[in-house]
Parts: sequence; C-alpha cells; structure tokens
Amino acid sequence: MKEREEVYEILKNKFSDSIFELLTEEPTEPVVPVDPLKIHEVCEFLRDEEGLKYDNLMLLSGVDDANGEEIEEEDGSKTIKGGTLSVWYHLESSVLKHKLTLKVSAPRENPEVESVEMIWRSADWHEREAYDMFGFKFLNHHDLKRILMPYDWEEGSHPLRKDYKNPEFYQGMKIPY
Amino acid sequence: MGLLDKEFAEGNIIVAKTDDVLNWARLSSLWQMSFGLACCAIEMMATSASHYDFDRFGVIPRPSPRQADLIIISGTVTLKMAIRIKRLYEQMPDPKYIISMGSCANCGGPYWEHGYHVLKGIDRVIPVDVYVPGCPPRPEALLEGLLKLQEKIRHESLRKKSA
Repeated sequence: MKEREEVYEILKNKFSDSIFELLTEEPTEPVVPVDPLKIHEVCEFLRDEEGLKYDNLMLLSGVDDANGEEIEEEDGSKTIKGGTLSVWYHLESSVLKHKLTLKVSAPRENPEVESVEMIWRSADWHEREAYDMFGFKFLNHHDLKRILMPYDWEEGSHPLRKDYKNPEFYQGMKIPY
Repeated sequence: MGLLDKEFAEGNIIVAKTDDVLNWARLSSLWQMSFGLACCAIEMMATSASHYDFDRFGVIPRPSPRQADLIIISGTVTLKMAIRIKRLYEQMPDPKYIISMGSCANCGGPYWEHGYHVLKGIDRVIPVDVYVPGCPPRPEALLEGLLKLQEKIRHESLRKKSA
C-alpha cells in the first residue's frame, strides 16, 4: 500500500513532462493532473508497475469546468468560449488496497483525450458516456458513439455542458415544456 | 346498468341495443398491454397483485400489443422511448384505449424544465383517454382511472368513437 504522495513521486520521476503537480487542496483527496495526450502511457504504467498495480478503474467521469469566457447571446442565453473540459479517473488496486485520482484537462473547443479503454475494459462505456454528455474525443477508442442519447441526436449537442441548449424538436416531437 | 335492466324475457333472450352490448363487453374485459416504464410501473404491478386485484375489473396483462385493448403509460417517457411507444400503439387493434399514469406521463413531471431527454406529456405522441395524477399514483388512484375509462366506454357509440 502506498500513499498518494509516494505514488506522485514515482510518477514524477518516470513521466516528468506529462505529470504536472499534486493538488492537495481538493475537498476530497489529492489529485494528479496529467497531460491528456499522455494519459494512456501513465495509466498503463500504473496498472502494470510492481508496487502500484492499479488493476481497477472504479470510475471515469467528465466535468465541464466552465472556466472560459461567458458570452451573452442575443436571445439571453449564454455560451462559453475557451477554458477546459476535464476527465477524472478514480483508480483502485484490489491487491494492494490503495487508490489514486487522476485528472486531465482538454481545451473546450477540441477536447482530445487519449483513450484508456484498452487498459481497463471498464473504461469503454464510461468513455462513451463522457463523449455523449460532454463531447470528449477519445483518441483510439474502438467504438466511440453515443450511449445514452439516441444515435441520431443532433451532432455536437452534448447535454451536460454548462452552456447546453436543448433542440426544439427531436423526430417531430417538441422537446421544451 | 343499461344492458341488464331489460331483464330476461322468456326463453333466455336478452333485449338490448347493439351499442350497449358492445360497450358492456369492451369495458368488462380491458386487456392491458404488459408494459411498464418507471416507478409508476411498480404501483401498476401492485394494482395487478392480489390485494388490489386489477383482474376483478377484467384487466389482464397481455404480452403483445396485438392482443391488447389498453395501454397504461406508467412512468417517465424519454424521447427514445416515445418513438417505441408510438410504434407499439400503432400495432394495437382498434378499439384501443390509453391511460396516462402519473405526472411524468401527463406533462413531464419533475423533468419539465431540465429534462433534456424527457417527452413533456405522452399526449404529444398518442391520444390519451384518462389522465391519472400523482407521483406515483396509489393503486386506488389507478383503479379510479380505470373506472373513469369504463364510464367513458359505456357511453360510446358505434357511430362515433368518443374514448
């Protein structure tokens, strides 16, 4: 079993470019921000390295940080330009009984994140959900399509984004109240 | 009741209007499509079970829309599901009746504002005969809804479908 600080030191030595820092001010637990285009290498290391053995991805979830510039539209609605979208990874080692939380932040206009689906198969549907709700582009995911919303839902319309606007109609059915 | 107050004439013959006979037959054996959507479906199942006993009104679940007279929309209708419900409804033979059960099926319920995935009322897709309010309605409320539907069918006419 290793504390998060120890794991962070190991990662920092191994991936000095793609591991940024250890955020200790988070309300729940320390978080390690990682480069979104290097996340698969870090994750593979975390899974296979003796003494780390993170064999279980408990949860992968998307977050809209909404830290860009808010622009007021003519109809009174808001759109957000710039800023980031984040994916959080909650890892657990079922053999060594320790946990770790990673986070990647990708630019809102082109949120490209490397897929970890081939490292933990449980990431497959979690990544599809994050794509469906936030529009992340998971690179090298074998089947990145919507999972909750209908397949023919409006292109580029991702409901959990903070500036989401619902379409007026879906297949001839009026959506707003 | 319109049918039986004509009494039995001699020789076991009932004299009644065609409308009354047909309506009586229809309202006494409303076969329900075996179909549930959300928490309302749990109440609907409780209504079917022994304590409330839907069967005493002639309601039995049928596992195919082609054998059903009645569809109870019991729960939140998502946009994805609405398309499928419409198809099921179109597969049911006439005469067919619809009970909308609970706030979600009536008008979107708690999802009326931020439910990006919820149809705000099943009556946007198929015509509803009886609305049962509640979240979810108790079995007594669903029974009341069924009695209302029976009352509606009792006054139907061959010339004009009202329910």
